[in-house]
Amino acid sequence: MGSEILILQYLLSGITKGSIYAMVAIGFNLIFSATGVLNFAQGEFVMLGGMIAVTLSFYFPLPVAVAGAVVIVACIGCLLELLFFRPLRHHSILHMIIITIGLSIVIQEAALHIWDEKVRSLPYFTGNEISSVKIYGAAISPQVLWVLGTITVSVILLHIFLRYTLQGRAMRACSSNPEAAMLAGINISNMRTLAFGLSAALGALGGCVISPITMTQYEAGAPLAIKGFAAAILGGLGNPMAAVAGGLLIGIIEAFSVSKLPAAYNDVSAFAILLLVLFIRPHGLFGSPSGQGVREF
Amino acid sequence: MLLQVKNLQCGYGALEVVHGVSLHVCTGEIVGLLGANGAGKSSLLKAMVGLLTPWHGRIWINSRLSGWAPAWRSVSNSVVLVPEGRQIFSDMTVRENLIMGGYHNPDRKSDIDIILDRFPKLRERIGQVAGTLSGGEQQMLALGRALMARPKLLLLDEPSMGLAPLMVEEVFAEILKLRDAGVTILLVEQNATATLQIADRAYVMETGRIILEGEAADLLQNPEVKRAYLGKSYKEVWE
Ligand SMILES: Nc1ncnc2c1ncn2[C@@H]1O[C@H](COP(=O)(O)OP(=O)(O)O)[C@@H](O)[C@H]1O
Ligand SMILES: [Mg+2]
Repeated sequence: MGSEILILQYLLSGITKGSIYAMVAIGFNLIFSATGVLNFAQGEFVMLGGMIAVTLSFYFPLPVAVAGAVVIVACIGCLLELLFFRPLRHHSILHMIIITIGLSIVIQEAALHIWDEKVRSLPYFTGNEISSVKIYGAAISPQVLWVLGTITVSVILLHIFLRYTLQGRAMRACSSNPEAAMLAGINISNMRTLAFGLSAALGALGGCVISPITMTQYEAGAPLAIKGFAAAILGGLGNPMAAVAGGLLIGIIEAFSVSKLPAAYNDVSAFAILLLVLFIRPHGLFGSPSGQGVREF
Repeated sequence: MLLQVKNLQCGYGALEVVHGVSLHVCTGEIVGLLGANGAGKSSLLKAMVGLLTPWHGRIWINSRLSGWAPAWRSVSNSVVLVPEGRQIFSDMTVRENLIMGGYHNPDRKSDIDIILDRFPKLRERIGQVAGTLSGGEQQMLALGRALMARPKLLLLDEPSMGLAPLMVEEVFAEILKLRDAGVTILLVEQNATATLQIADRAYVMETGRIILEGEAADLLQNPEVKRAYLGKSYKEVWE
């Protein structure tokens, strides 16, 4: 009995962490399909979301602080696209990826200046550190439910946006065939900006809900970018549901490896599994072998 | 005059592929643009809609000089290009492809029905992912998508390319119907016989230049055209 509860506990903690990886992986996907760029500054959106929300929470009620942080980070995402990616579109993809790594370092430095090295966190959305909800005997923090709920709702909303609205469909058209999209009268440059904004907003929202559990620091973004990237690749680039599955899987693998292996192997196990999967299925677990699949979403 | 092009030059990188082309299309016409592979026909069409920035020359649409606007603005000039190779959104459904064609059309919902009446085969496949359609159906979808923008001038780049003979006939019949519905058409083709049979006038392009122009009926009899473009194989296809 006790071991079952323990397993459930690990599973839940894995799913919680994995949800954030999933959020980052979805952001990766959005930007990749719209622009072809792998944005390694994706994790910084999560960090900025958490940090800005913490600062805003000193002056505003929590919901306003979170909403404000999401909007501000979305604007930062749009701004990055306008300032760096739009003018540099004609450079090679490799250049663009290096630029995203550079941006991620610059954002970290800026965050260090603004917020120093202190670890911060938002208050628990409901209850506090010691309140817990029992699920099949496992005790979990209500914040975990907030994380899972927020991510589920965001994924569903994003899905509806991309499948059933004109602008969402236009965004998919841009990744499916940019030239044809232009010929249909879609301003694809603006669609790319929108993709950056959306992806930043998702990251920031993830950063806010996870902040009470994992804390936020200026350096918190970079590892998330790597894990999120791994999740996106594991699922197969190009499909939001696959990104979610990839994220959850990496989170769960990590949680269980902590229980069996020394903490130092924490990251190794997730990447070992990633490499193994890529060795067997180069297009990820759910990706399709045709190049087409990469541009889906 | 719906479209006038004067001395247009364009190319890729440092390579000029269209060396000063002039042509015009009047309202209600079907104008053919013939020429072998690599003559620069597609490049010329791309320059007309802004996919390629012209290096030199002028373009008037509806007697208004068109500045070098990005391609996504060409739709608001009521000029729509159906590009070579159809270029449908292959991972989106037939309906979504049509909706995208009407991106700027506020009546897109009701226009879809009009298009589906015109292409009943598309109605059967409305929810299907476009990449799974046959070549002919994809061409109809590409046409339908372009019509969703309610174009005055339709630029068709090799609509019969890669289609079975029966399908080719259907596409050409469709083009005639479109003209009767009031759409002006500039038709780029390698299938010279079929094109000259439905066109009012035509231009012949060779290595980036217009080398012949005239009434379609005259060109059909022109010995030079016969020798170079009306090879036996084309005749067989059409007859
Ligand atoms: N994207 C491109 N980059 C460089 N050269 C091109 C490109 N597209 C076409 N060309 C060249 O321009 C010339 C004209 O091509 P194109 O306009 O496609 O001719 P056509 O449509 O008559 O077959 C060809 O020599 C072709 O190789
Ligand atoms: Mg061509």
